[in-house]
Amino acid sequence: MKRFLEINILFVFLFLYVPILAIVVFSFNSGEHISVWEGFTFKWYPKLFENEDVWRACRNSLIVAGLSTVIATIIGTAAALAIEKYRFRFRITLVRALYLPIIIPDIVLAIALLTFYAQLRIPLGLASVIIAHVVFNIAYVTIVVRARLQGYDSTIEEAALDLGATEWQTFWRITLPLIAPGIIGGALLAFTLSIDDFVITFFTAGVGYTTLSVHIYSLLKFGITPELNVISTMLLMNSIVFILLFLRFRGQNVNSP
Amino acid sequence: MRRNYRLLILLFPIIFWLICFFLLPLISILIYSFLERGTYGGVQWHFTLQNYQRLFDGIYIGILWRSVSSAFVCTAICLLIGYPFAYYLARYRPKWRNVLLLLVVIPFWTNFLIRTYAWILILRTEGLLNSFLAMLIPHFQPLELLNTQFAVQIGLVYGYLPFMILPLYAALEQLDLSLIEAAKDLGASSRRAFWYVTVPLSLPGILAGSMLVFIPTVGAFLTPDLLGGGKVSYIGNVIERQFKTARDAPFGSALSFMLMGIVLVGTVLYFRALVGSESEKVS
Repeated sequence: MKRFLEINILFVFLFLYVPILAIVVFSFNSGEHISVWEGFTFKWYPKLFENEDVWRACRNSLIVAGLSTVIATIIGTAAALAIEKYRFRFRITLVRALYLPIIIPDIVLAIALLTFYAQLRIPLGLASVIIAHVVFNIAYVTIVVRARLQGYDSTIEEAALDLGATEWQTFWRITLPLIAPGIIGGALLAFTLSIDDFVITFFTAGVGYTTLSVHIYSLLKFGITPELNVISTMLLMNSIVFILLFLRFRGQNVNSP
Repeated sequence: MRRNYRLLILLFPIIFWLICFFLLPLISILIYSFLERGTYGGVQWHFTLQNYQRLFDGIYIGILWRSVSSAFVCTAICLLIGYPFAYYLARYRPKWRNVLLLLVVIPFWTNFLIRTYAWILILRTEGLLNSFLAMLIPHFQPLELLNTQFAVQIGLVYGYLPFMILPLYAALEQLDLSLIEAAKDLGASSRRAFWYVTVPLSLPGILAGSMLVFIPTVGAFLTPDLLGGGKVSYIGNVIERQFKTARDAPFGSALSFMLMGIVLVGTVLYFRALVGSESEKVS
């Protein structure tokens, strides 16, 4: 039995990592062919930095992810505070409704927004993508910040008020620092989801507003080049850095839910 | 009064955003799904049910069946691999446990397109798997693996396995080991203790993991698109085609509502089962 469990562990890790490592290894392949090994080289890396299209796509991805994260973090934090600190009529409805943008298939949200934009004659550009990303990001931010608000001791706030702090001071000096890890965690999650999103961006971005994900997709569809291995490796490194940041700011171990 | 004013400021932005950019777009495709397709790709404002009737055409029933059955298969495979994995991990030395768990989470945070691309690299005719087999077997004929249902299925399992492992792990890690000891003291075999104590207690994790795998796989678009190469269509791909090439937005909208229906039924069943498993624990 123990043997079976150990083999299974090994199998899962091989299954998860062989494909990713294959990409990393082949990003150093000297041949033009993406999956036939011809020898070690570093030449694709500097080449990537000269590629204007990739830079433009990166810039667009960062604009979309940055702005949608800022907007979603503000709106989501406000909503989480409202849900946890107040009792109001449609509270439960709102809490439930927040899960809808998460469970709805992204292709459905994508085409719904596309249709809606077309009806209102909202031009497709970067703004249309940012609006769409905020929709799913607010849901995630609200959930993460709420979790943080549920876990902390609100008597500290009462103490601050008792000691003569104004409500505004209590909020800035007590509440905000206490929930900051949740806010940063939620923002990092939103940023990652936004950078990674393909489907919603693909439908809501105008021609000429390619993000990195859409750029990768068109490479995959219309001609895979060795550059793709390099882009993938860089993004992989990026996600490792991000996950470490996320875990740090959440101030918890990975195993606590 | 001031309190209400403050609540309004906190809530207004999210309600505004969800109504304008979530609810209204969904309502607009709901309306579209009852309209006729226009000659040049737009819509004609005539009420019709034909978009929904078309869903019952043999070809779409087939695609629906493929999406749903594939999502079930994917969920089952993830559970089968993920459960023993999470079980073992939950009992691993705490020091290494977090490292191993981190290794599960890293692919989960990596761009989905790249994870899918990795399988193109492996499965294509001149890909890594075929080269590897060619080294082992003389006169080896490369296998056509890409653009098949098999490729899509592997891609889906690969994409969503961490979604299964994490909730399972969370459930198994909290499990009170003394309950299993108690079962064994009372004469239960290891196997019996596993099926009658461990599995029921980890049911919330099993349900959550299954839900997190099933929902995105049934609505999958990217994996069948890239690994199925247009030959293996899921509902998501048909929806995309209605909007991008076929220019039949009303039918695409009807398909979207069917897909949402499946997802919502799944979610409701999940919550029912979850409530059931919770009440069982109390009794």
